[in-house]
Amino acid sequence: MKKYKCNICGYVYDPQAGDPSSNIPPGTPFENLPDNWTCPVCGASKEDFSPED
Amino acid sequence: MEAVKIKEGIYWVGAIDWNIRNFHGYSTIRGTTYNTYLVIDEKITLFDTVKHGFEEEMLARIRSVIEPEKIDYLVVNHIEPDHAGGFLHIVKVIKPEKIFLTPNAKAGLLEYFHIQDLPFEEVKTGKEVKIGKRTIKFFETPMIHWPDSMISYLPEEKLLISQDAFGAHYATSGRFDDEVDHCELIQECAKYYANIVLPYSPQVNKLLKTVKEMNLAIDMICPDHGIIWRKNVGEIVGLYERWSSYIADQKVLIVYDTMWKSTEKMAYAILEGVVKEGIAAKLCKLSVSDLTEVMAEVMLSKGIILGSPTLNNGLLPTVAGFTAYMKGLRPRGKIGASFGSYGWSGEAVKILNEVLKDMKAEVVHEGIRCKYSPDKETLERCTELGKTVAKKVKEVLGL
Ligand SMILES: Cc1cc2nc3c(=O)[nH]c(=O)nc-3n(C[C@H](O)[C@H](O)[C@H](O)COP(=O)(O)O)c2cc1C
Ligand SMILES: [Fe+2]
Ligand SMILES: [Fe+2]
Ligand SMILES: [Zn+2]
Repeated sequence: MKKYKCNICGYVYDPQAGDPSSNIPPGTPFENLPDNWTCPVCGASKEDFSPED
Repeated sequence: MEAVKIKEGIYWVGAIDWNIRNFHGYSTIRGTTYNTYLVIDEKITLFDTVKHGFEEEMLARIRSVIEPEKIDYLVVNHIEPDHAGGFLHIVKVIKPEKIFLTPNAKAGLLEYFHIQDLPFEEVKTGKEVKIGKRTIKFFETPMIHWPDSMISYLPEEKLLISQDAFGAHYATSGRFDDEVDHCELIQECAKYYANIVLPYSPQVNKLLKTVKEMNLAIDMICPDHGIIWRKNVGEIVGLYERWSSYIADQKVLIVYDTMWKSTEKMAYAILEGVVKEGIAAKLCKLSVSDLTEVMAEVMLSKGIILGSPTLNNGLLPTVAGFTAYMKGLRPRGKIGASFGSYGWSGEAVKILNEVLKDMKAEVVHEGIRCKYSPDKETLERCTELGKTVAKKVKEVLGL
C-alpha cells in the first residue's frame, strides 16, 4: 500500500496507521478513504495528495 | 501609549517593535509591528494578542479606551508566537467569556501552553457570531500560512482582519497605508510575501477567487503586521493576485558566491550578456547578502541564474544554504541557468541545475563549468549564456 503526501502542508498519509482523528482504521489504503476525507493537519482535500515515491 | 481609532468604535491597540532586526531569521531591516484590534460593541471583542514582552504596551493602549477586564470575546486568528506569545498573560488579565479560534488553532495552543480549562469556542468557515450591532464572519485559511490560520470579516464595517496575509514587517508611526512611504511599503510587502506566503500561493490564489465570487465589500484590510490598508486596498489585493500566480518582472537575477573570484568573473560576464539584450539585471554575492532580501528579488525576477564554485564535491555552504531556503519557498515559473568554476571534479553546476529543475524552472542552457580561471573564450560563452536567458525572458513575457 502506497503512502500519500499532502502537497500543501507535507503531512504523509500512511495506510498502515490510518487516520485516527477521522476514525480511519489502520490498514485503509488511500484509495479507499471517503471522498470527503481531509488532511488532518491542514484540511486539504484528497485531490491535494500525491503518491510518495 | 494610546489606541488609534480606525473606524467608529474600532481601535488599533497593537505594539510597535522598532528595533527588531532578526525575526526568526527574517531580517526585519525596518522593524515590525504586532497589530491587534479592539471592537467596542455589546460584546467587546479583541482580535489577536501580541508577542511575549509587548503585553503591557498593548494593555496600555487598550486602557486608553476601556478597562481590559471589560473585554468579552477574544479571537485568535493565528497561534504563531508573534501573535499568541502573549496569549496566556492577556487571557489572565481580560478573563474573556469566549475565545474564538479554529479547531487547528485550539489543538496548537494546547500544544504550546499545555493548558485545558479555557472557554474555547471552535469556529469553522462560514460561522457567524453577532456581537451587537456588528457580526463577525470567520473564514479558515489553512496554510496561509499555518494550519491554524483564519481571517475575520465584519460585514457591517466592510472590514477584514486578515492576520499575516497582506502584512509587512514595517514599523512606522503612521498606522495607515496613506501615511507612510509607498515605495518602502510595497518593497516590504513583496519581501513578506516571498519569505512567508510564497509556498502557499495555490491556496492564496484559490482564496482570492472565492472572496471575489462572494462579492465581499471590503474598504479596509487590517493585517497583523505593518500598516492598515484603506486607500490602496485594490493595489495590495492585485499584488497578491500577481504574486500568487507567479507573475514576475522582466528582469534577471544572478545569485552566486566565490572563493577566489573565478566564479565572480563569470557572473559579471553573464550580467553583461543580459544587459546587452536590454533586460534589467541584478548581481547578488551571497557572502555579503541577506537571504531574505535575495528571496524578494527571486520572487520578482523572471530569470534566475545560479553560480557556485565546487567545494568538497558540492556547493559553497552559502549557496547550499540559499538554495535549500529558496527551494522550500517553492518559487515557480522561472527561467534559469547555472555556472561555476572548479578545480578537478566540478559537481556544482550539475547540482545547481538539479535545484532549478526541482523548482520546476525552465532550464535554457546546459550550464557553464570552467576549470580554474575563465579565459576570454569562456567569458564570451558566459556572455552568451546571459543573452540566452534574457532572450527567453523577452520571448515568454512577449516583448
Ligand atoms: C515561516 C515558518 C515556516 C514553517 N514551516 C514548517 C513546516 O514546513 N513544517 C513544520 O512542521 N513546521 C513548520 N514551522 C513551524 C515550526 O517548526 C514550529 O514553530 C516550531 O515549534 C519552531 O521551533 P523553535 O521554537 O525551536 O524555533 C514553520 C514555522 C515558520 C515560522
Ligand atoms: Fe505567522
Ligand atoms: Fe505574524
Ligand atoms: Zn495537509
